Amino acid sequence: MTTFLKSRLLWLSLPALLIAALGPWWLSAYYLGVLTMAYFYGVFAMSWDLLFGYAGMVNFGPTFLIGLGAYGAALLNNYAGMPIIVCLLFGGFMSIIGGILLALPALKLRGAYFGLVTLVAVLLLQYVIVIFSAYTGGEIGMMTPDILSINASVNYEYALWFMVACAVLLVVLSRSSLGLILEATGQDPIAAAALGFNVAKHRLAAFCVSALLSGLAGGMMVFYSGTASVGTVIDISIGVQIIIAAVLGGRRTILGAMVGAIVILLADELLRPLGQLNIFVVSGITLAVIILFPSGLLGLFNRTKEGA
Amino acid sequence: MSSETANILEVEHLSKRFGGLVAVKDISFALKPGEILGLIGPNGSGKSTVMKLVMGIERPNTGKVVIDGTDVAGWPTAKIAHQGIGIVFQHSRPLHRQTVLENIKLALLPDSLLRLVADPSVEERARAIAKRVGLEAVLHRLPATLPFADLRRIEMAKALAREPKVVLVDEPFAGLTPREVADFSALIHGFREEGRAVLLVDHNVKSVAALVDRALAMYLGEQIAEGTAEQVTRNERVREVYMGGEIVSHARPELARKAGEALLHIDDLSVRYGKAQALHDVSLDVHEGEFVAVVGLNGAGKTTLFNAISGLLGYEGKINWHNGELSGRSVAQIARDGIVQCPETRELFGYMSVRENLELGGAHLEDSERIAQMAWLLGLFPVLQQRQRQAANTLSGGEQQMLAIARALMMKPRLLILDEPTLGLAPVILDQLSQALHKLRDTTPITVLLGEQNVTFALPHSDRIYVLEHGQIAWVGKPDAFGKEMGEAYL
Repeated sequence: MTTFLKSRLLWLSLPALLIAALGPWWLSAYYLGVLTMAYFYGVFAMSWDLLFGYAGMVNFGPTFLIGLGAYGAALLNNYAGMPIIVCLLFGGFMSIIGGILLALPALKLRGAYFGLVTLVAVLLLQYVIVIFSAYTGGEIGMMTPDILSINASVNYEYALWFMVACAVLLVVLSRSSLGLILEATGQDPIAAAALGFNVAKHRLAAFCVSALLSGLAGGMMVFYSGTASVGTVIDISIGVQIIIAAVLGGRRTILGAMVGAIVILLADELLRPLGQLNIFVVSGITLAVIILFPSGLLGLFNRTKEGA
Repeated sequence: MSSETANILEVEHLSKRFGGLVAVKDISFALKPGEILGLIGPNGSGKSTVMKLVMGIERPNTGKVVIDGTDVAGWPTAKIAHQGIGIVFQHSRPLHRQTVLENIKLALLPDSLLRLVADPSVEERARAIAKRVGLEAVLHRLPATLPFADLRRIEMAKALAREPKVVLVDEPFAGLTPREVADFSALIHGFREEGRAVLLVDHNVKSVAALVDRALAMYLGEQIAEGTAEQVTRNERVREVYMGGEIVSHARPELARKAGEALLHIDDLSVRYGKAQALHDVSLDVHEGEFVAVVGLNGAGKTTLFNAISGLLGYEGKINWHNGELSGRSVAQIARDGIVQCPETRELFGYMSVRENLELGGAHLEDSERIAQMAWLLGLFPVLQQRQRQAANTLSGGEQQMLAIARALMMKPRLLILDEPTLGLAPVILDQLSQALHKLRDTTPITVLLGEQNVTFALPHSDRIYVLEHGQIAWVGKPDAFGKEMGEAYL
């Protein structure tokens, strides 16, 4: 059964990947740009699903982790002139530190209370950046001297393959023994502990992985756009969009979160001619999907598959 | 310390306070390998807390929990599990997206962040354990498709997988049929033969008497007796706690039944859940003023029957109320027409006070009527009178049940449906509940349809009894005939 699932997944994703990889040959520069952003969001949403879907932790502050990675990378690039790869790794490291700080209350608090802590963390980070605007550019944002590439196609391929790497890593992780234990600790921490699993250790590990990928993606996004700003990597509304994408795609599916993110960002662009109505329509459609199919887009797909 | 074998588990002077409440007071006992001890006590006696203290789910205030010479009191649960204690929870919560086999494999995995792929031996061991607990036929099914007993088997399998030296089993036989009880008893016997020590936690001695070497009875956090099952059963303090006052006796003089139609008349009722047939051609009458009991084990279809009457489920067949057929009426309409169900889950508003819960029940009544009804109910359940201002979720199980019944009565039902009011209640509380029902029956013209697993509780109140078995009516008759005609066969 598992092998069957895996092979089916493989046969569906390989052609999709091929089509995506050839994007620069059949997509306009404009849509390449949209998809590049969508792929970064895909990583955000997948990382979030690892915490929510598997570890059972509702993190309302995905942008806390993303923002630390983005600003960590941007600051290092600005003030030390380090090469991009070093800046990205530094940003990822900052995110891990932030992830551990955020995870500590998660080991004590449950449910909504933990959610509130994560929400407050985002606001705190936002204030810190605004208060130290002399160094961070405050609300206006901070330009980075380096960028990934000036070629839209190259940026697109960077984002795509980065997302694919993250997806493979997270899917393998979620389907490994570790994923099974994580799911058990997420569903019933007491029962998991009674089976001898150190719940805190597994949660912390999940937070570190989620933080690292979020931070790397945040840093990549900064070097793609050439600026780090509160509005693009930290604002609560960005976090909300990530959460909606993950839930829309399907909880506990990893790949669903990725699909959800791409769908949402594409829909946002395609409906742009509607002007102000655009966000309203996208939100409405998302709401309808979540209400009608709580298991999300991929959950829907899995159901038809199991029925077959 | 005995001369032959050392104790594997020693609990010494264990105490636990929650705020001002002393849940466990100076409890001590010891277990040798291959020994089975029953930890017995009514709800609220602290027996479950003792189990949690041993497992590290709660931290004791004082006392020791010594496993194989190491004091683990206050350690985190996972570390205690590694010391060799396993637990079989009463309520199973398996992983729902994983198969039975994967659920068992989970328990066999090491607590390591670095092992992404399970050892190949895990699969083999999981299969062996599944076979042993009787799950080999359903290895690749999802838990949601399994019957209750199989879910409990998964819990057993998971505990077994860790090779514990001491196994804690919470209410081993709750909700199981006699055949399943025999299976589970054999499993627990198997633990003993492998040299594991077993602690069985249960409400009463009877259900575990055949299995245990010794029993320890608790009441209000304290140990009240210890010895063989027989010694504990005979202990005067234990009898006092469990039996309460004199046993109420019952049979009501024959009701002068009105010759006419029944108040509620059910004809060939069938209910299906997907493929499973939950009720099959059930016919049942309830007359005005009658107290009718539907008895049957968990899973027999009692709740399904009541939910069909209340309009919560679709069904085939006819349900006639005094003013016509019920099909097509909404749940709210049926309740307004006078059929009020008090569900087994109680469904109280936990954060509201007792009084607010009652007021909500009587929200549709005129002010004066509501005040009168409330005064009458507080008289019927004096304990609620004392607890008026208290939030519902701070009440004990028995008090919550009384509040649920009182709230249902606030609606002035013509027919009160009571679904398993004794669920999870200790015998001493049953007695108070029993007296309240008796008073209700004798002082009001109310009509009651009671669903019960506990026949001894249902019998004294009933005018007529229906026995429900596997969704079908197996027997109908008067309570005095039940013992003769049905008694042995029921359990």
